[in-house]
Amino acid sequence: MLSRVANSIYWMCRYIERAENVARFISVNTNLLLDMPSEENKHWEPLIMVTGDQAHFEEKNSDYTGESVVRYLTFEREYPNSIISCVAAARENARSVREIISAKMWEHLNNFYLELMNPRALPFALNEPDRFFEMIQMRCALFTGLIESTMSHGEAYNFGFMGMMTERADKTSRILDVKYFMLLPKASMVNTAIDSVQWMAVLKSASAFQMFRRQHHRITPRLVADFLIFDDDFPRSIKHCLHRADDCLHRITGAPAGTATCQPEKLLGRLKANMEYDDIEEVLEHGMHEYLDDFQTKLNAVDNAIGTTFFNIKQIQESSSQQQ
Amino acid sequence: MESLKNYDPGDFYDELFKAPGVPRSGSKLLIDKLISMPPGELEMRQKAAEALLLKMGITFNVYGREEGTEKIFPFDIIPRIVGYKDWEIIESGLRQRIYALNCFLQDIYNEKKILKDKIIPEDYIYSSKTYRKELEGFTPPKGIWCHVTGTDLIRDNNGDFFVLEDNLRCPSGVSYVLENRQVLKRSFSQVFEDSSVRPVDEYPDRLLAALRHLAPGTTDTPCIGVLTPGIYNSAYFEHSFLSQQMGVELVEGQDLVVQDGFVHMLTTKGLQRVDVLYRRLDDDFLDPLVFRPDSMLGVPGIMEVYKKGNIALANAPGTGIADDKVIYAFVPQIIKYYMDEDPILSNVPTYICDDKKSRDYVLDHLDELVVKAANESGGYGMLIGPHATEAERLEFAEKIKDEPRNYMAQPTISLSRVPTLIGPEQVEGRHVDLRPYVLFSDDIYVQPGGLTRVALKKGSLVVNSSQGGGSKDTWVLKNPEN
Repeated sequence: MLSRVANSIYWMCRYIERAENVARFISVNTNLLLDMPSEENKHWEPLIMVTGDQAHFEEKNSDYTGESVVRYLTFEREYPNSIISCVAAARENARSVREIISAKMWEHLNNFYLELMNPRALPFALNEPDRFFEMIQMRCALFTGLIESTMSHGEAYNFGFMGMMTERADKTSRILDVKYFMLLPKASMVNTAIDSVQWMAVLKSASAFQMFRRQHHRITPRLVADFLIFDDDFPRSIKHCLHRADDCLHRITGAPAGTATCQPEKLLGRLKANMEYDDIEEVLEHGMHEYLDDFQTKLNAVDNAIGTTFFNIKQIQESSSQQQ
Repeated sequence: MESLKNYDPGDFYDELFKAPGVPRSGSKLLIDKLISMPPGELEMRQKAAEALLLKMGITFNVYGREEGTEKIFPFDIIPRIVGYKDWEIIESGLRQRIYALNCFLQDIYNEKKILKDKIIPEDYIYSSKTYRKELEGFTPPKGIWCHVTGTDLIRDNNGDFFVLEDNLRCPSGVSYVLENRQVLKRSFSQVFEDSSVRPVDEYPDRLLAALRHLAPGTTDTPCIGVLTPGIYNSAYFEHSFLSQQMGVELVEGQDLVVQDGFVHMLTTKGLQRVDVLYRRLDDDFLDPLVFRPDSMLGVPGIMEVYKKGNIALANAPGTGIADDKVIYAFVPQIIKYYMDEDPILSNVPTYICDDKKSRDYVLDHLDELVVKAANESGGYGMLIGPHATEAERLEFAEKIKDEPRNYMAQPTISLSRVPTLIGPEQVEGRHVDLRPYVLFSDDIYVQPGGLTRVALKKGSLVVNSSQGGGSKDTWVLKNPEN
């Protein structure tokens, strides 16, 4: 398939996954605040911290209030990772591959975008955040469902799904990183008394609360981190996402599972193998932040390799013909 | 519906009514159905149709504005009906015209007999911006230049058809024909069936066949693509739609490279050779090495591959000379010259401003005439004398004097009208034109139907979508009306 098309599908799916994560994160935080009204504003800052875009936010806003944060993360067109920017970008990508994706997917994304562009969307988000962000999450989930059920599971699908899994792994690692640092600034605190409401919120931010409970019952920081990084079956655990992405990658190249025929397969395979043999004790020993930071760097390298191997072959072409 | 029951065609030729309250025989079924609908029903169907078009994202972009200016092409639910006999004239007239224009293109880039015989002053050819001297001496695959044409027809007060414009470059709009039909079939299924309307849906198959016809003989499975300028082009929806309907790749210039004498697509598995491109990109942007050097949309080197015969392009570069609005004035002579036949479809009388006598006439009669720039399209660069202000007319007079070669003028023709829904339970006549689509392959196919464009503003004669026009489904009847 065309490199540009593969690229568009990959990013279309990443953007929708990103929008969903932002929506869920805002939703969880709004809920959490109901339990601790006194120190309200302090709790909005981490939402921006997770994104790593504090500087840009502070350029545009003087304060971390509920309204400024929600407005920024949801409706700020100049912020490329706001929900509206993500959905608009996903739709632009979809528009350039309309002949490849199913009509249902396109119509759904188009409609989703038109809803967000409606002037009534902002008051809706501010007045009824619960309903609004629930709606956003459902729109994203529906999109994922449509990919699964209305599009052939060929090359295009695999690029899309790989994009989604890469994005998801990245977001789970960021949520864990920031929250862990906030709640447990020192490694030695890992066994002290904890605020279980806050840790529940961490799990909910990755929609992991219920599934975690079924598995572990008791909430401890160690178990939460273990679940979000290493759980084999939970669809948002980092390890699970890497496995799914790797499956897609091998279906794209046609190489047998477990082999590596190109740079992305090598890098992703290595990252997957590390995760296979690491465990939570080592992570805590190494330092949670250092571990996750290192993971994000390696995941970025995988993403870059996917780009140069499949999407930007013109550059390779040009440089190789220059050598001749 | 009262306003339809008592509908008055007024001083105009009406496509559906022959006299006040009296439908034409081919329209009777439709009009009876519309009149019998309960109040509000037609608006409801109109709204449902619009919602469907927006949801499907059948939109066009308006040039020169910020993002968020995608609009649905306004659509009117009352179809235009073309009778069996009228269609016979249109179809045979277009076959004749397109065949002759193709002969003209082959001649003008090769032997130039028509110039040597002084049928057309050669100055008109060489001074045209759309004449491509790079193509001189070239014969495209199978000798076909204009594979896809969309000819604009209008009808005057007597009901006679005239050709208003030939569009031989990248005519757009056929996707609306196909989509409008889908919507209309749902809206009026019974009447549609009873009226025996000729189908339009063959078009993508026919287009694909025409493209395959061009592929070099070396392969049984040619790789075919639609070349689009990209998602910001006003007709992007159509490019995507056609490639989807034909099951071929939709490519942009950035997806293509020239290597080893062939054009290739950049795919996730490396380079793949392309054999035929249906290009929806103007000549100017096609190849920065040959045409506009600042073009970011084209493919450097593609013209060299083309001239070697290693890729086929539809339409062929250089076809624009045949729809130059000054050359247009010579099409009747072109038909006579190459086919020794009289034109079946007439031209609108045309004054070429380059000619001193005609120019003086035009300048004296600006308040009666329509003036057009020779190489503009989309309703831009145009003056409608009777509707213009004095200042606008003066401005055009200056333009004509400065650049006479670039202008032509025609009498203002009061286009025929079709009843159009303009408000709740309110139907009024609005002016229309008709753009049928013609495919030139081993034979010439005229899609039975075409895009009926309607000027939605009361009294307006400008039907272009960029200027407040909309569209209607066009029903061509299979059987002669009694």
